[in-house]
Amino acid sequence: MSLHLPPAIEDAIQTSGLSPSRRNFLKASGALVVSLGVADGAFAADAAVAGPYPDPDFRQLDTWIVIHPDNSATFFVGKTDGGQGTGTAFRQMMCDELDIAYDKTSLIMGRTDTTPDQGGSGGSDAVERDGWPMRRVAAEARRVLLELAGKHFGVPAAQLDARDATITVRSDPAKSVTYAELVGGKRFNVTLTGKNVDTTTGLAEVKPVDKLRVVGQSPQRYDIPAKVDGSLTWAVDMKLPGMVHARNVRPPVAGAVLKSIDESSVAGIPGFVRVVRSGNYVAVICEREEQAIRAARQLKINWQPPATAPFPASDQLFDYMRRATPTSHAEPEIVGDPAAALAGAKLVVEAEYEVPFQGHTAIGPAHALADPSNGQMTIYSNDMKSYGLRNGVAQFLNMPREQVRVAYMDGPQVYGRTAADDAGFEAAFLAHELKRPVRLQWMRNEETAWDTKGPAYVFKLRGGLDAQGKVVALDYDACAVDYNHVGYNEPDTVLIAQLMGRRPKTPAKGAAETPSVQYAIPNLRMTARVVGLPLTWETPLRTGNLRDPNGPQVTFAFESFIDELAAAAKADPVQFRLDLLADSQEDDAFRRARSIAAVQAAAKAYGWEPRPSPARRNTGQNLTGRGIAYTTRNRTIAAVIAEVEVNRQTGRVWAKRLVCAHDCGLVINPEGLRRTVECGMLHALSRALWEEVKFDNEKVTSVDWVSHPSLRHSDTPETIDVVLVNGDPVPDRSDLAPYGAGETSHKPLIAAIANAIHDATGVRLHRPPFRKERVLAALRAANV
Amino acid sequence: MSIVKLHVNGTDREVDTDPSTPLLYVLRNDLGLRGPRFGCGLGQCGACTVIVDGAAIRSCTTQVSQVRGQITTLEGLSKDGKLDPLQQAWIDEQVPQCGYCQNGQIMTAKALLGRNPNPTDAQIRTAMEGALCRCMTYYRVQAAIKRVARRETVK
Repeated sequence: MSLHLPPAIEDAIQTSGLSPSRRNFLKASGALVVSLGVADGAFAADAAVAGPYPDPDFRQLDTWIVIHPDNSATFFVGKTDGGQGTGTAFRQMMCDELDIAYDKTSLIMGRTDTTPDQGGSGGSDAVERDGWPMRRVAAEARRVLLELAGKHFGVPAAQLDARDATITVRSDPAKSVTYAELVGGKRFNVTLTGKNVDTTTGLAEVKPVDKLRVVGQSPQRYDIPAKVDGSLTWAVDMKLPGMVHARNVRPPVAGAVLKSIDESSVAGIPGFVRVVRSGNYVAVICEREEQAIRAARQLKINWQPPATAPFPASDQLFDYMRRATPTSHAEPEIVGDPAAALAGAKLVVEAEYEVPFQGHTAIGPAHALADPSNGQMTIYSNDMKSYGLRNGVAQFLNMPREQVRVAYMDGPQVYGRTAADDAGFEAAFLAHELKRPVRLQWMRNEETAWDTKGPAYVFKLRGGLDAQGKVVALDYDACAVDYNHVGYNEPDTVLIAQLMGRRPKTPAKGAAETPSVQYAIPNLRMTARVVGLPLTWETPLRTGNLRDPNGPQVTFAFESFIDELAAAAKADPVQFRLDLLADSQEDDAFRRARSIAAVQAAAKAYGWEPRPSPARRNTGQNLTGRGIAYTTRNRTIAAVIAEVEVNRQTGRVWAKRLVCAHDCGLVINPEGLRRTVECGMLHALSRALWEEVKFDNEKVTSVDWVSHPSLRHSDTPETIDVVLVNGDPVPDRSDLAPYGAGETSHKPLIAAIANAIHDATGVRLHRPPFRKERVLAALRAANV
Repeated sequence: MSIVKLHVNGTDREVDTDPSTPLLYVLRNDLGLRGPRFGCGLGQCGACTVIVDGAAIRSCTTQVSQVRGQITTLEGLSKDGKLDPLQQAWIDEQVPQCGYCQNGQIMTAKALLGRNPNPTDAQIRTAMEGALCRCMTYYRVQAAIKRVARRETVK
């Protein structure tokens, strides 16, 4: 699928000094002929590059930016884009610093042999942290180009202007030279400094905010056209000559031990290639995909179930957690004298909250294609941390890092530590065993049951109010099932390593979190402990990072409780929060001032009329209420307001309207940001209304979209308003920084729904999901 | 294995396969199409949706030998290099996040507008109910469908 390039460009590639891998990649990708779309076919064409695959040197400007002979540019960054448009944002930021039109650029992401290691994605810090080196290297490229142009014209660089990839002599605009004429198809040969990739810099300074032109605009996402016309090659679409298909066979109950396999049960299946087994890990390989699926279902295995139950059933989970001996405690955080303040309070409010395990349950089950050609290992994967996958697989297979590379490609959503990690290791292991390219995809039941889960929580909160309804004390206690929380791409905790028995002696401690309290509460005690389940390893109830790993659970409890205190104080929930923020201590990034601005902006956009909750109930079938919740995540602020209708006859909750006031500092792409904020809220709405991983005491019973429902079209709000707030005390500051946006709106939404249900019905729900059976039971119990 | 004849995106195709093979794998692995994709294999999520004679069907639970009629996949929606109005609306509205499910969203919407060019909001919700999205792009999916429906009304 290689492209026919003009001879001049072919020559330029040959003489450019790029590494063979990178050269072939650029050729095949069409990046050299202004690839505005996606590098269709690039990866397969690149498969012939024999390796090894050394790390691109982040201290070389040429690693980051290539100027092509047609005066376009390609940027190379070590990030991935899970669908929030970060790739488009990177291009915008780099275009501004380089002074080149957005549509004259393309971007390559997350390929370990081609792009500098910025770690891939995670923590919503793509723009906040990793955008800075991108901006600095683009600014440096511009500086170098100005210097070259200065020599070309014999005038100082300070007397030149750069615009649209062309440099002009200010005093004589007829004199101009393009970037391509200066370095097109050639190397910059500029060495950068910086002790690590995050601090990479040249001599140039980035532009002040008021000089940014592309930043703040909303160019459409470059990846969308190929996603809606079917032309994009996703990781799931990758095929290579000689490739075979694999499917895993998981233990039928957690902790089962494989005793024997009857291969004759599948040997007669057309296209059958092999059963691969190592410890309790089993996969079936066939020539065709449907054959592998059939073989995996048909394979007879003698499993020995564990002697004791691996975990309590899901309806016993919270009782189990309350009784369990903690595996670890966090240091208590204490402010003032909470015990005395509670004892002296006029009114004490107490509440307990529970949040079940919730999963990633990607719409596309985990997958990868691994190619062991030439004694190397290439993995085609949508894993958001492609660099980590490369390092982990190299260790797992005991191969030198330089012989392993990961080509990041688009895939289903990756909001954290998904099974894409596991599938990448499994495909690589199988390809290593078979010495053929192996394409693996998990099945739906496997994805839903075995993917990592966000930890389940139980909380106990107590708060004290004085005679004026002011919060004088708060006691927060959290317990999370998070022992043996698996990290990203760890060669000893990925599922295959666990099943093979290659695991660490000591499981990860895990974490139970406390809320990021911005409120001024004079006497505060916060404690948190972690518990484990009876079965630590080889269990489908394994926890891993899921979109703001603990935030939705913790914020559900904390912001629900703040609402309970407001109700007890007979105070308006918005004003109650503003009062708590008013006395807050100032801190990093003006979070107090920006929090107040966001809460006020949300209330204004909603048309919030001050009154205490619950509302005066009407007599109709649908009860309507509104609820607010607010949070910070790192330096980003979100205040969300939900309006719900609760059907008194059925218990169905519909979030009719959602409002989010969102402050993430400098906004790179407003329209892209709005969609990310919207979808972050709706993802949490799914967790609020539907999602719960269920299990009996030997296996997960949530295995598909019937047994594990998710938000649907009929649940969609009628109206969603996203208000982009800039609450900085100096809003037009020249150094305004962008902060992360991938998770903050997700964090407070469950609480906002619970608060709105309370406002509508007077009934407080302490445990999501708020499915109609649970809501109806609560309404009936309260005679609503 | 046997020869199965299919009519896909206006072209007659023949594949040598087990007649019980789900249509999805034939489209993807024998015919090299990338629009329909595996999501559940159970007909529950819609990621594999294709249109057969105007009706949206789930290719993951349809045996290849049972398919009669004209199959249209996501790739077949554009005509003469011009995107279908729905695809254009998807771009205008910037619908996808990850985009993995969008084949199901677009093909289900296409079938809906084929039988009802001007659906009400409630009809859109009902018709789209079986098309799941885990990035939760539903609000924008509905907005894109309404864009096209409005245009039809103006005509």
